[in-house]
Amino acid sequence: MKSLVAAFCLLLVAVPVAAETVNVKVGVLREAHSRETLSILDIPAADDTLAGALLGVADNNTTGKFTNQTFEAIDAKLDEGDDVVAAFDSLIEKGALFIIADLSPERLLAASNRAKSKGALLFNVSAADDRLREEDCRTNVIHVAPTRSMLADGLAQYLVWKQWRRWLMIKGSHPKDELLAQAFRNSAKKFGAKIVEERVYEDTGGGRRSDSGSVQTQRQMPLLTQNAPAYDVLIAADESEVFGGYLPYRTWDPRPVAGSAGLMPTNWGPAHEQWGALQLQNRFIQTFRRLMNARDNAAWLAMRMIGEAATRTASNDVEKLRLYMLGKDFSIAAFKGVRLTLRPWNQQLRQPILLSDGRMVVSVSPQEGFLHQTSELDTLGVDQPETKCRLK
Amino acid sequence: MQIEMNKALPIHSRFRRHGRACRGHPCESPNGVDARDKRGHDTRYAISMTISAFLCSTLLVTPAGAYKAYVSNEKGNSITVLDTDKLEATATVKVGRRPRGIALNKDGSELYICAGDDDAIQLLDTKTLKITGKLPSGPDPELLALSPDGNIIYVSNENDNLVTLIDVKKKEMIGDIPVGVEPEGMAVSPNGKLLVNTSETTNMAHLIDTQSKEIVANILVDGRPRFAEFKQDGSELWVSSEVGGTVAVIDPVKRELKQKISFDIPAMSKEAIQPIGISFTRDGKRAFVALGPANRVAVIDAETKKIEKYLLVGQRVWHLAFTPDEKYLLTANGVSNDVSVIDVASLKVLKSIPVGAFPWGVVVAPQ
Repeated sequence: MKSLVAAFCLLLVAVPVAAETVNVKVGVLREAHSRETLSILDIPAADDTLAGALLGVADNNTTGKFTNQTFEAIDAKLDEGDDVVAAFDSLIEKGALFIIADLSPERLLAASNRAKSKGALLFNVSAADDRLREEDCRTNVIHVAPTRSMLADGLAQYLVWKQWRRWLMIKGSHPKDELLAQAFRNSAKKFGAKIVEERVYEDTGGGRRSDSGSVQTQRQMPLLTQNAPAYDVLIAADESEVFGGYLPYRTWDPRPVAGSAGLMPTNWGPAHEQWGALQLQNRFIQTFRRLMNARDNAAWLAMRMIGEAATRTASNDVEKLRLYMLGKDFSIAAFKGVRLTLRPWNQQLRQPILLSDGRMVVSVSPQEGFLHQTSELDTLGVDQPETKCRLK
Repeated sequence: MQIEMNKALPIHSRFRRHGRACRGHPCESPNGVDARDKRGHDTRYAISMTISAFLCSTLLVTPAGAYKAYVSNEKGNSITVLDTDKLEATATVKVGRRPRGIALNKDGSELYICAGDDDAIQLLDTKTLKITGKLPSGPDPELLALSPDGNIIYVSNENDNLVTLIDVKKKEMIGDIPVGVEPEGMAVSPNGKLLVNTSETTNMAHLIDTQSKEIVANILVDGRPRFAEFKQDGSELWVSSEVGGTVAVIDPVKRELKQKISFDIPAMSKEAIQPIGISFTRDGKRAFVALGPANRVAVIDAETKKIEKYLLVGQRVWHLAFTPDEKYLLTANGVSNDVSVIDVASLKVLKSIPVGAFPWGVVVAPQ
């Protein structure tokens, strides 16, 4: 027994302090998000996503003082027509082989193609598309943002727990709205809810801002929701932000709204305070004088994952850090009440899903009673037996 | 499909499960002891007050186990006072906002309370149960540790990555030490020479020389280290990692990690096992570790590090405290709003005592 303990002790390492300072450069490759949001509270700030990465750098550098490591974020912001490959190359030239990517799926895949020859590793902090973790999964992309299927499952578990099983779904007319609607259909099937009817809200164009907007929407939304079969909750699938935010308190029948408005599944919201989250919110507000949104948080978390792997391995080698993150020793604390780990089969971060109305966190999924043989977090999203991912 | 769903479980039965107060967690003492049958609540309280008033007299015969315990209620903004003989609450004192870490001075006459949202350490006179003042603490104090002579308080300030030193008599801040991100756990070695701080996001135990006030070693531990405790002979330092799910055993002399203790509870997800509070018996032979939302306290042979038993207590168990005679171990259970009483000799949970909202810290007075 003693020798066993002794052998065990030998495996343990003290703080790996590098003799020379190890510098870790992280690019933040981000595209501008639409300013056409239904609520002016959601209009992205100029430092959207970047601020989260910078807070992660500050946290990592505090730790780095003790481990002789320094961290740095290099910003590259893309406008609509900008070439993602050129921006990516400029980050590589500056020595950033870790790239926090806040990009559309198309641009993310273009950057991933380019990253192959450069030996870089991307961290997807915003694209929710399941295909990026399934048929289009890549070895050089780690997904910090949750998928649509994880978000929809997180919401569905709570609605089923509430016994609100009859859903009326209204979806927008854009392709990404249909992707979200499909995620809700899958979740309903998986957890035993029923979509009693689906409706489409056509986007006829136009802006979001007007000085008398509420007068019209107050009349439109009851029309949109009347003559529905009996239902418990209205599900809005409106990633495009065309109508979802207009639904709460305006439905024909007095019913709660969930999905893209009302009770919304997300990886982070500024109202989240449990499990020490208030500390992170405070640090963010003090530094950037605004609230931390879901993209900021995912960028902070990506930076922390890089920092954690660099601390534990005393290295800044891309492949070494990637393998460490995928290994059994890696986990990251993210103020969600449990440790987060990567799904090795598609490099998606396992994580609880917050359900928030924007002002309060109503619940956090997975809900009690939804069991799984590996991790209860794997009740959220596409699971290993169903995956189409073949990492390459 | 690998997911099992409790579809059939009706809502009310879920709530019953949440509200479980008695299963494995008896509401009544099994040996039927109920102080109220013999002595009325008021009489009993008067007796303990009398004892407090004549602290110097050694002639007074105190019934075994008649100690006072103090529990901080994080959301209740209060301290609950417990009688460890009657095993019931005797008083509730309103204090500052978000009280978490608490500690008693050497003779138990004063309770130090980290009131995080008031950015202060409050002083509670344990005889009068009145707040008598406050110490400057820096922002958002969460946990504190006292030097063995009781003259210096070390506080972790989560929001600015500092450990603050406070002179108790002068009520002054006398220095600060920069540490990792989100400092939390604090402990002072029994000889007073080594201070330990754990940083929750940096994931280190920082060993600090109390004379030079310099960090002498940084030891990486698992995710979100929350609490540190020395064995009473100073031979080992244990650090619990809430998110990592392990307890790190550190040799404070060699300043290195000796081993990690992990936990395995059948039918409990790994993620739910979140070690927080640690208490050693005085002889250093046994350790008790609170496992947070696993709702259990692990009993560990502190020599072999083998886990002997898991005791089912209330929900989200945070911190632990022995009665001075080591007859009972009290646990503060954050979600079930109660304190579980563990009988140390039989390793049985005797009772749960309702306290304020979201109990967090617990200490027991020396007499």
